[in-house]
Amino acid sequence: MQNTCVPSNGPSMESRPAAWDFKRLFHPKTVAVVGVSLKRDRHPANVIFNKIHLRYPVDVFAVNPGGGDLFGQKVYTGIQDLPQPVDLAIIAVRAEYTLDTLRDCIDAGVGGATIISGGFAEVGRIDLQQQLADLARQHDFPFIGPNCLGIYVPDRIDTFFIPSERMIRPVSGKVALVSQSGGVLVDQMTKFAEQGIGFSLGVSIGNKALVRELDLLEYLASDPGTGVLAFYIEGFARGEGRDFVQAARRCPKPVIVLKSGKTSEGMRAVSSHTASMAGDYAVFSAVLAQHGIVEAVNELELVSFCEALSCYRKPIDGRVGIISPSGGHGALAVDICSRHGLSIPAFNQEQQSKIRADLSSSVQPIASLTNPIDLTGSATDGDFMAAAEYLARSPELDAIIVLLLPYTPEITSDLGARLSRVCRRHNKPLIAYVPHVERYRMLIEGFEFNGVPVSPSIKGAVLMVKALKRNKPC
Amino acid sequence: MLKTEIKTVLAAARIRGWVSEPDAKGLLSASGLEVPRFIAVTDPRQIEPVASDLEFPLAAKIVSGRIVHKSDVGGVRTGIKSIRELTEVFETFSRLDGFEAMLIEQMVSGLELIIGAKMDDQFGPVILLGMGGTGVEIYQDVSLRMAPVGTEDVEAMIKGLKAAPLLSGYRGQQAVNRDELIRTLVCFSEFVMAAADMIESIDLNPVMCSEEKCIVADARIILPPVEDLTAG
Repeated sequence: MQNTCVPSNGPSMESRPAAWDFKRLFHPKTVAVVGVSLKRDRHPANVIFNKIHLRYPVDVFAVNPGGGDLFGQKVYTGIQDLPQPVDLAIIAVRAEYTLDTLRDCIDAGVGGATIISGGFAEVGRIDLQQQLADLARQHDFPFIGPNCLGIYVPDRIDTFFIPSERMIRPVSGKVALVSQSGGVLVDQMTKFAEQGIGFSLGVSIGNKALVRELDLLEYLASDPGTGVLAFYIEGFARGEGRDFVQAARRCPKPVIVLKSGKTSEGMRAVSSHTASMAGDYAVFSAVLAQHGIVEAVNELELVSFCEALSCYRKPIDGRVGIISPSGGHGALAVDICSRHGLSIPAFNQEQQSKIRADLSSSVQPIASLTNPIDLTGSATDGDFMAAAEYLARSPELDAIIVLLLPYTPEITSDLGARLSRVCRRHNKPLIAYVPHVERYRMLIEGFEFNGVPVSPSIKGAVLMVKALKRNKPC
Repeated sequence: MLKTEIKTVLAAARIRGWVSEPDAKGLLSASGLEVPRFIAVTDPRQIEPVASDLEFPLAAKIVSGRIVHKSDVGGVRTGIKSIRELTEVFETFSRLDGFEAMLIEQMVSGLELIIGAKMDDQFGPVILLGMGGTGVEIYQDVSLRMAPVGTEDVEAMIKGLKAAPLLSGYRGQQAVNRDELIRTLVCFSEFVMAAADMIESIDLNPVMCSEEKCIVADARIILPPVEDLTAG
């Protein structure tokens, strides 16, 4: 329907910078760590140099104007003295030396930098930070930070000043996580690693003086290694949110956002009802949904959403079929589903008898098949397969949750892989709940290695379905 | 042309901080929104000739540079049935703070909605639709969208209200004319985009929506503090 009033374009917001080439920055072959210390063994730059030197498949050079020797490796006096062109410079010098260091990097043809150093806008030195950004922008030189942990690319590089033995690293995978806070990134990496969710890239953008969420959104949208984009955002600059959501809508991949500061509203007294009801967070949340961005309201949702959306892309309406060997688990899952706006359509008598016909003789008389389907503790692999087959074919359902209690005696460790194949054949999203206990690992991996996400909690499994419901068509 | 008119009216209201109701309704009407027939009177002797042109019952509202929330100070009267009653209301209003005029307006009926706008720092102009009336902030049943909004956005906004069934004619009540509501919001969104750099927030409350029309019964346009205004 076309109205007489044609929507016009928005007012022009902040001017957009040129797109940077992030390839050398995120996939470096040669790295320089600028600002290593010959006096303090545990200086952050030394930690970074040491871990890259020992663990990552890149050539790394230490730089300090004094020269010398660090962990048996030569220390170069300046970036211009390095024997090879450098893709990534990790700058950890004191704030007052960063501008000169950045200029040296640009002059030496370095591909990009992460500025780990603090002492900028966060302590009132906005001027210094602005000078860095201005210089870099003049030369199309991308840098992350300052005041950040920098980047993590599995098996390639990390610039975190955290000793290797203290870090928990997600394996290589499809999720990119961009975080304003380094602490949140490290903490989330632990959770992603526990869940077996793979990372394509983790970036802590710190004070985001130059490279901001929007730039990384645009880069990741076309990065072939990334399938899901996740952001931890504290806030946008004036008008920046508008550009971000519009770019996210154009992005052909799922975009997930976790926002902090949900409760802090503007301090200014408001004189209109609209201003009072359209608080900062209310607007943020509504605008994300409007643009097909998946909002995670807490960390559990973030992890669950990332996992689900790295397995399945197609949006669903949220009509769920549930299979379990325990009536209690089915009932708990139904409660959580309805709390999150998912429906559990019941099967009629005719449908139930069709399912029942394919069940084993011991389960046939005792199974409850209305949805949730309770196959009872006597269920075999064959019973699960038969129920899954029926649900996967049912046009009334667009997702299946299987709640697996591996202590039921008749099921085998092969069930994960077998159920995954059934649902993949019918192109119906399957989500599994399996208690994450080491002895069930083969069952869990049977799902995961076949592209089916597994949650260690019923709630997590339900949240994964919710993620598919919220996703935009892409 | 609309933009020029908006600028002129808004610039004139800058010092006061908000646009008077008659001016606001004039702008909205020029932007394609429906407003009730209204006439402002500054002298009780104007009442009789003016009222004979309208149909009782009527509503009367104070116009004052010092009163933003009129009903909070008894500055709104509805269901007025005679010229005598109008004159009495005028006497009462004229004693209120900053009295400039009394607005005499045709009464309209329908479901009370609120349509609003706000300049959000991060996302720019934002549009609100919700259940209106004096209880808006108690029920807080609202949908928000980044402007500009199109037909599909408005459909989704209506669907997002808890009270959505009320708009489709709940239990024998008359339904709201959905096409008119959509048209009203899309026109309003266009007005907001045109005025975006000159306003802080807008309340159209209530907007009376019936089977026929959506009529803006009251309008409040709040302007940014003078020091916040940028050139242009």
